[in-house]
Amino acid sequence: MSTLEIRDLHVSVETKEGPKQILRGVDLTVASGETHAIMGPNGSGKSTLAYSLAGHPKYHVTSGTVTLDGEDVLALSVDARARAGLFLAMQYPVEVPGVSVSNFLRTAKTAIDGTAPPLRSWVKDVRTAMDNLRMDPTFAERSVNEGFSGGEKKRHEILQMELLKPKFAILDETDSGLDVDALRVVSEGVNRVKENPDVGVLLITHYTRILRYITPDFVHVFVDGKVAEEGGPELADRLENEGYDRFLSSTPAL
Amino acid sequence: MTTATDSLSTDHSKATADGSHSHGVGPLPEASRASRPTSFDVADFAVPHGREEEWRFAPVARLAPLFAAGTDGVLDGHGVLTTVVEAPEVQVEIVERDDERLGKAGKPGDRTSAVAWASFPRATIVTIPKEAVASEVTSIRIEGVEGAGTHEAALEPSATHLLIHAEALSQAVVVIDHIGHAALTETVEIVADDGAHLTVVTVHDWADGSVHASSHRLRIGRDATVKHIAVTLGGDVVRITPDAEFVGEGASVKMLGLYFADAGQHQEQRLFVDHAVPNCISRVAYKGALQGEGAHTVWVGDVLIRAAAEGTDTYELNRNLVLSDGARADSVPNLEIETGLIEGAGHASATGRFDDEQLFYLRARGIPESDARRLVVRGFFAELIHEIGVPAIEERLIGAIERELEKSMSVLDSLSEGHVEGSEVSLTTERA
Repeated sequence: MSTLEIRDLHVSVETKEGPKQILRGVDLTVASGETHAIMGPNGSGKSTLAYSLAGHPKYHVTSGTVTLDGEDVLALSVDARARAGLFLAMQYPVEVPGVSVSNFLRTAKTAIDGTAPPLRSWVKDVRTAMDNLRMDPTFAERSVNEGFSGGEKKRHEILQMELLKPKFAILDETDSGLDVDALRVVSEGVNRVKENPDVGVLLITHYTRILRYITPDFVHVFVDGKVAEEGGPELADRLENEGYDRFLSSTPAL
Repeated sequence: MTTATDSLSTDHSKATADGSHSHGVGPLPEASRASRPTSFDVADFAVPHGREEEWRFAPVARLAPLFAAGTDGVLDGHGVLTTVVEAPEVQVEIVERDDERLGKAGKPGDRTSAVAWASFPRATIVTIPKEAVASEVTSIRIEGVEGAGTHEAALEPSATHLLIHAEALSQAVVVIDHIGHAALTETVEIVADDGAHLTVVTVHDWADGSVHASSHRLRIGRDATVKHIAVTLGGDVVRITPDAEFVGEGASVKMLGLYFADAGQHQEQRLFVDHAVPNCISRVAYKGALQGEGAHTVWVGDVLIRAAAEGTDTYELNRNLVLSDGARADSVPNLEIETGLIEGAGHASATGRFDDEQLFYLRARGIPESDARRLVVRGFFAELIHEIGVPAIEERLIGAIERELEKSMSVLDSLSEGHVEGSEVSLTTERA
C-alpha cells in the first residue's frame, strides 16, 4: 500500500517570454488501488502536472511538495523517480533511432528492478503483453517510436507500463488521437494494470470518452492550475453533458 | 560563412536539408567541382597555406610533414609496413613504381595525394581475378613501424600505394587496417571492372601523434557494385578524400563513413562522386560523434551529375552528434546537376547535441543518464553499421564504438545535468 501525495504544488514553465506560472496550488492524494481522473480544459495545467511529477527539466516547482510514501519525490532525479515507482505514459512519446524496442524494454526493466530479468520469463512476459495489446511480434525489433503511428505509440507506452510495474502510473492524454478500436485496446491494458491492487492510476484526459472504458474512483476538474471541483464518477457524467463552460465562466481570467 | 543549424535534434528522421548550399542553379559560390585541377605532378599543387577551398578546414601546420615542402614534394621515409593476408582466390603482388597497372583510377587532386604518388617506394596490388569469388575477407594491415622513433618529431614522413583490383564479375571483401604510429600519405586505388562486387573497408585507428592523409580513388565499371566504408577512430589528424568515378552504365556505389573524434583530434573526409555516365546510383552516408575540447570533424560531400549522366540516382547524408562542449563539426554537402533527366538527387546534413527529450524519455523509464547517453550514441551509429553487411566487421565496429564510449563517458559522467545545454559548442552547417 503506497501513497502519492501532492501538496500545494506550484509549477512554472520556461517560455520564450520568461517563466510562466501554470500550477497554482494543486492538492491531490492518490493511494494504491485507486484510479483518479484528472480532467479539464486546454491550458488548465493537466499535462504540466504529469511532466512535473516525472521531473521534466522544463518545469520548475516553485513551491509545494510531492511525496511517495513520505519520500521527497522532487529531490529525486528523473530516473530515480522512475525507479522509485513513478511511470509517465507520455502524450508525445519520443523517437530514439537505432534503439530497438526489445533492447529498450530490457534496459528499462533492468534499471527499474536493479537486476536483469531472467531471460526466459522476460521473453514470455514481453510476448504476452504484446499479444494482449495486439502488437505484432516484429514490433520488438523496430526502433523506439520511430515511424510508429499514433496508436502504436500509445500502445507502446501501455506496454511499458505493464512490464515495468510502477507503483503509480500517470497517463497523460493517452486517449487523445486514438480511434475507438485503439482506445479499447489501450483501455484494456490500463484495466489489466488496475487489477493489481498495488497500483494507483492518475488518468489525465480532456475527454470523457475514455472513462466509459476505464472507471475512475475519483474525478478532479482542473481549472487555471488547480483543482476546481472533485467528486466520484458521476462528475465525469456531468462534464460529458455540460462540458467545461460552467468552470470557465466562473473563472475571472485565465 | 557559418550558420547555426536550426535542428539540434539527434532524431535524424526529422532532419531536412539546409537550403543554403549549392544546387548548381544560379550563381555558384565557387567554380564547379569539375574544374578542380588534378595531376600526377606534385609541382602542380602549391604547398597549402590553409585558405584554399580544399584546405580551409584542415590544420595545415600539423599536416605539413606530408606536404614535403623542403624536398621537392618527395618523401623518402620508410615508416610503415604493409602486410596482406589474402583470401585463397585473391592474388597479392609487391610491384615497382613503374608497374603499368598503377595510376589508372583518377589522378591526385591535392598536394598530399600528389606527394603520395611521387613518393611511394613500391606498391601493393591486390587482384581478385575474373569471376573469382573470395571465400574469405582479405586483410591488409598498414602499420606504423615503431623503429621509426617513438617521439613524434622522429616520425619519418612516408608514402604508400595500394591498388585493389576486382576484375570482371569477381566478388570480394577487403579490409585495410591502419595502426601504429605514423606520418603517412597514402593512395588507395580501387578498381571494379564490369559486374564486379567489391566491398572495401578502411579503418584508421592510428596511435596518438599520427598524421595521415589518404586519397581513395574509385573507378567503377559497368554494372559493378562497390561498397566503400571509411572508419576513423585514432590518430591526431586523419584526412581522407574518397573520389568515386563511374566509367560504365548501371553501376552503383555506396560510401559509408563512421568517425568518432576525441579531444584534439581532427578528422576530415572529403568525398567526390562523379556521375559521368548514365544510370548509375550513388549513396553516401557518413555519421560522426565528437567529444572533448578541440575535437574537430569535417565532412564535405561533392556530387557532380554531368550532362551525360541521365538516369542518375544519388543521395548523400551526413549526421554529427556533438557529445560535449568544445567540439566542432563542419558539414558541407554540395550537389551540382547538369541534367534534369535524373531519377533523383538529394542530400541532408544535420549536426546536433544530445536531444534532451530523448534523454528525458529514456530516464523517465528508470535508465540512468550515462546509460541513456550510451543508448542514444549506439543507436545513432547502429543503422549505419548494419548497412555494412559483413558481420565480422560490424561486430568489430560495435566493439570499437563501445571502447570510444567508455573513453568519452568517463568525461560525460562527470558532466552535471543542464551543463550540456547552453554551452559554447559551435554547431555549424557550412556552405562552400
